[in-house]
Amino acid sequence: MATAKKNQQDQESIDKLYEESIHWHVNTGDETIHAKRVPGIFRNLKHVGIMTWVIFFFGPYLRWNGRQAITFDIPNRQFHFFDITILPQDVWMLSLVLLFLAILLAVVTSVAGRVFCGYFCFQTVWTDMFTWIEEKLEGNPGQRRKLEKKPFLQRKLHIKALKHSIWILMGMLNGITFTLWFGDAFDIWIQFLTLKATPIAWTAVATFAIFTYLFAGFMREQVCLWLCPYARIQGVMLDTSTILPTYDFHRGEPRGHLKKGSSNNDQGDCVSCNQCLAVCPTGIDIRDGQQEGCITCGLCIDACNLVMDKIDKPRGLIRYMSLDELEGQELRPLYKRPRPIIYALIMSIALAGIIYGLTHLGSLELRVIHERQPLFVTLSSGEIQNRYELKILNKTEKRMYIEVQASGIDGMKIHGNEKIFSAKPGRLTSHTLFIKVAKNNLIKHRQTVNIVVTDRDNKEHSASYDSMFFSP
Amino acid sequence: MSEKNPFPNEKNSGHVWDDNLRELLNEPPTWWRIGFHLSWILVIVYTLVYPSWPMLTTHYKGMTGWTSIGEYREDMKDLKKIRAKYEDKLPNMSAAAILADEELSNYSVSAAKVLFGDNCSACHGAGGSGNIDYPILADDDWLYGGTIENIVQTISYGRKGFMTAQASTLSETEIDELATAIYSGNPTSTSLFTEKACFACHGMDAKGMHAMGSANLTDGIWRFAAKDQLASIKYTIKHGINDTSDPKTRNAEMPVFGSKLDENDIKKLAVYVHKLGGGQ
Repeated sequence: MATAKKNQQDQESIDKLYEESIHWHVNTGDETIHAKRVPGIFRNLKHVGIMTWVIFFFGPYLRWNGRQAITFDIPNRQFHFFDITILPQDVWMLSLVLLFLAILLAVVTSVAGRVFCGYFCFQTVWTDMFTWIEEKLEGNPGQRRKLEKKPFLQRKLHIKALKHSIWILMGMLNGITFTLWFGDAFDIWIQFLTLKATPIAWTAVATFAIFTYLFAGFMREQVCLWLCPYARIQGVMLDTSTILPTYDFHRGEPRGHLKKGSSNNDQGDCVSCNQCLAVCPTGIDIRDGQQEGCITCGLCIDACNLVMDKIDKPRGLIRYMSLDELEGQELRPLYKRPRPIIYALIMSIALAGIIYGLTHLGSLELRVIHERQPLFVTLSSGEIQNRYELKILNKTEKRMYIEVQASGIDGMKIHGNEKIFSAKPGRLTSHTLFIKVAKNNLIKHRQTVNIVVTDRDNKEHSASYDSMFFSP
Repeated sequence: MSEKNPFPNEKNSGHVWDDNLRELLNEPPTWWRIGFHLSWILVIVYTLVYPSWPMLTTHYKGMTGWTSIGEYREDMKDLKKIRAKYEDKLPNMSAAAILADEELSNYSVSAAKVLFGDNCSACHGAGGSGNIDYPILADDDWLYGGTIENIVQTISYGRKGFMTAQASTLSETEIDELATAIYSGNPTSTSLFTEKACFACHGMDAKGMHAMGSANLTDGIWRFAAKDQLASIKYTIKHGINDTSDPKTRNAEMPVFGSKLDENDIKKLAVYVHKLGGGQ
């Protein structure tokens, strides 16, 4: 009998465990989250994050030396970045830039959690702007919820219509701005306004407008929870030293309602006001611990601090802290954590590569292809002739006039460099070169020849290539 | 199983595994159903718009009349438009004039690469690198001359070499002596060269004559190249070239391309061959 009773007890404790685990509730989209806006440090930080997107909107209008400063010129396969022009041949730098950014995301996440999600991500930022407009037009969250419950015809239709038109306009501005990066911003604006833009441009604008409207207007936190791959990836970059918005349950529990005039010493600092829930843009309860839905924006910290000030308790019941700190350990300093150190190392290598690339972007590039069919021919004079195909890339914006020189074998004669030929800007020019060598000057079957091309008008524009001279 | 369903108020199939894993009878998600219906609607629309169903003797042509060959022809028209800029100039220009024009000659070379592959490289090798018993086009040894006009003529009208078989007029020792002298690059060192009238075709200096297509015997470049070059020279002297009286004679004939290719293609090919490295 006693064992049966014990088994029952065990079963009960397990049931209780599961009860706790299903307590966590994720909003699957059945209710709209109307987050409250409260002032505070993290709200201000969020505004700073939002400001970085100003670059996206105003970047295309920047001028530099009479043209757009930053252009992704797809038709001409060029990328202009102020004075630097990057051609497809230099895209290896792009992979370094991507590596740098990926590792930056990793290192930042491992140090300070998903701050990218919380402050910079366009989904967060656009949602914040959309809900700001909503609040201006429809009132605070309580009023919005009431409005939602009204029957359709009684809804304030004109307010709704205004809100949705502003949202759609913002979406279109987003799309148009995106297209501006791929050509001259003013030209593209004129094309849009005169309805003469290309179908690709219209498709881009429509796609951006529709998805901005849907994602920021309706799906909001659903994008973070169900669509975004980075939410999953960033989750695994955290460890016990990562600082995140955390509820200090040692201090807060047991929570209970505050009663006027009585100071209950058994109670923790949390007064169950649910303000942290009310402000959360993803609708989670931070007091349930760190969870998937948290984008670490810190707005709950602002809300809780306001309440703590009101009830004369110290701030920081919810604060940025690591799991280690919560458990009473010291926060490991950065230099004792291998992860940030290794990440920083990779980042500096990538950065060094990018800097090397940018400073060594030659204005002229040369590749020499040795003709293989035939490798060499014997001429009537008894000399051996090799044929070379020169591929010359002019990376400047001006036409170049190219001189060719070659050296490496005694008594070699160059044929095909008598005339100076032109190389179009941004284009690959091919040129054929013949080298003739008398048999008695040849020591080996294969000898190195060095081919140099130089711009007639600017000797600094020069490129060199080592090729081979083949003989019987 | 279903009578012992521990979740009686749930829409499940009554199949329960491991105490709590059960099969639910929920409807498929709305997005899935929308996707499913859109898919079959798309199938119908597609088969109406594009050629699709086979019929007894023909097939359904589709509402738009689109065909892949039609699209291909449209694309070819576009290509022709791009090429027209150059192609329109070619008929009024001589091959020499095209060669002198940097842009046009570059265009001709890229256009002629395909022509060369289709018509020439079977004998002359890719890039004019030559083949056994066929001349290399990348060197500067030209039996009929290497100017652009010569090359145009060779392609248009073809060539047929001729050399009399000397097996009956020369003795074995004479052939040996002559061949050895030729092989050393100095045919005039033997009196046989003039005595046997070799000079009549190959010239007094043995350097050949373009008008006749006779070979230069002093330059070490062999029309009929072989591993044992001396034996090859002897063979040529004995049996001649295209000598119908000798069944073992060598064949050397460049076919006529004037009837196969149009004039512009021949000009392009001539420019290409001239630019292979040996043009004069």
